[in-house]
Amino acid sequence: MPLVKRLALILTTIWLTAQTALAAGGGGEPIVMVADSRKLTGIMAWWANLYNESHLYFTLLTIVLIPLIGVIFGVVADFIMHFIGIDLKSRDLAEH
Amino acid sequence: MDWLYVLMPIAGVKIFWPGLIILGVGVGVIGGFFGMGGAWMVTPGLNILGFPMAFAIGTDIAHMAGKSLISTMRHGKFGNVDYKLGMIMLIGTVVGFEIGAQMIMWLERIGQVGPVVRWMYLVLLALIAWMVFADVAKKRSKEREAIAAGREVDKLATGIEWHKTFHKIKIPPMVHFSAAQITCSAWLPIAVSFFTGWLAGILGIGGGLIRMPALIYLVGCPTHVAVGTDLFEVMISGLYGAASYTYKGRTELVAAIIMLVGAAMGAQVGSVATKYIKGYGIRIAFGLAVVGCFISVLLKLIPNYFPDLYTICDVTATILILGLVAAMSVYITVKMVQGAANEVAMKKSKA
Repeated sequence: MPLVKRLALILTTIWLTAQTALAAGGGGEPIVMVADSRKLTGIMAWWANLYNESHLYFTLLTIVLIPLIGVIFGVVADFIMHFIGIDLKSRDLAEH
Repeated sequence: MDWLYVLMPIAGVKIFWPGLIILGVGVGVIGGFFGMGGAWMVTPGLNILGFPMAFAIGTDIAHMAGKSLISTMRHGKFGNVDYKLGMIMLIGTVVGFEIGAQMIMWLERIGQVGPVVRWMYLVLLALIAWMVFADVAKKRSKEREAIAAGREVDKLATGIEWHKTFHKIKIPPMVHFSAAQITCSAWLPIAVSFFTGWLAGILGIGGGLIRMPALIYLVGCPTHVAVGTDLFEVMISGLYGAASYTYKGRTELVAAIIMLVGAAMGAQVGSVATKYIKGYGIRIAFGLAVVGCFISVLLKLIPNYFPDLYTICDVTATILILGLVAAMSVYITVKMVQGAANEVAMKKSKA
């Protein structure tokens, strides 16, 4: 069998398997959860209210904040390690 | 002592924040060193600190994405990340994971799959542990043979070399991965990532625990590149998972940020430690972590057959996981500090 046909057959099989699996669908009724912002103040209260008002904006902000905080912490740690005198640009060990 | 507790705005529970930092440091060190997310360690830890299980999973994934980003940045600077390999593997991982996750939902409708999945996980962990230690034993035997024959010991020699057989499969397109220094059919990493992604989806885990050894033994990556490339994958899948869980309202960002403070330090220590520990040292430590994970899963399974033992098994599993995290973090940190001290001393003596 030519290679192209063989690849097409493999891809069709994978696609059909995926379709069969996806046809099963997800389970359960969605649960509505509400954050109690009465005991909170300032930014914490704003954050809880954002959660209650829009999960979409809440998600978007979370997804932007996580990498941003990661990069900031990473750069700060870079600075500290460079200050200590650790070489952060090369690695001498070359074995498996 | 009220200042030691923070009220989580979404979950509505008061959490001991130094505990979050300690957990972040521990899992950051281990994750940065082994190239995995470490959900099997963090989720029970967050649960112990007082988070409901659904929030524990979501918060863990959110912090994992940030932590893996820090580790990937560090490994990237050492040349340990093969971005091309990571991007190609991402295709297989996502498709495989989705199929695995949907299959498990379908299986759940048929009957109870929980114990079956755990047994499958157990078999997989046993297989990975065996693979790692068989590899180490084979490498040592090769070294002994070389010494006995009066030959020089090859520093690049490896024990198990299954990847050499896979590299003989020449289905086009053939791709060269410069950081990993391998040339193989593009279908090899796609197939491996599809399989590991599918397994991760079935088992409900991130997949770093399976992907890291698969990159070494099946794709043929050097250990350090396997760690870095796997972290790159964990970072992207972590962001996807965080978006998914956050949209379902199950992420506590405040806790994730507090954990990131600790994880940022830990991830740096773990990543930099790979500079001072040889590839096989990482493999042996990884094998031990897998054995610890195996025992903790086994302890969760025992109460299914002996319900009276639930409390003792649960407590033992928790102590084991936290003890393992603490012991490994201390070992990696000590090695990193020793290596860094030697490096600084050498620089001073040269100057």
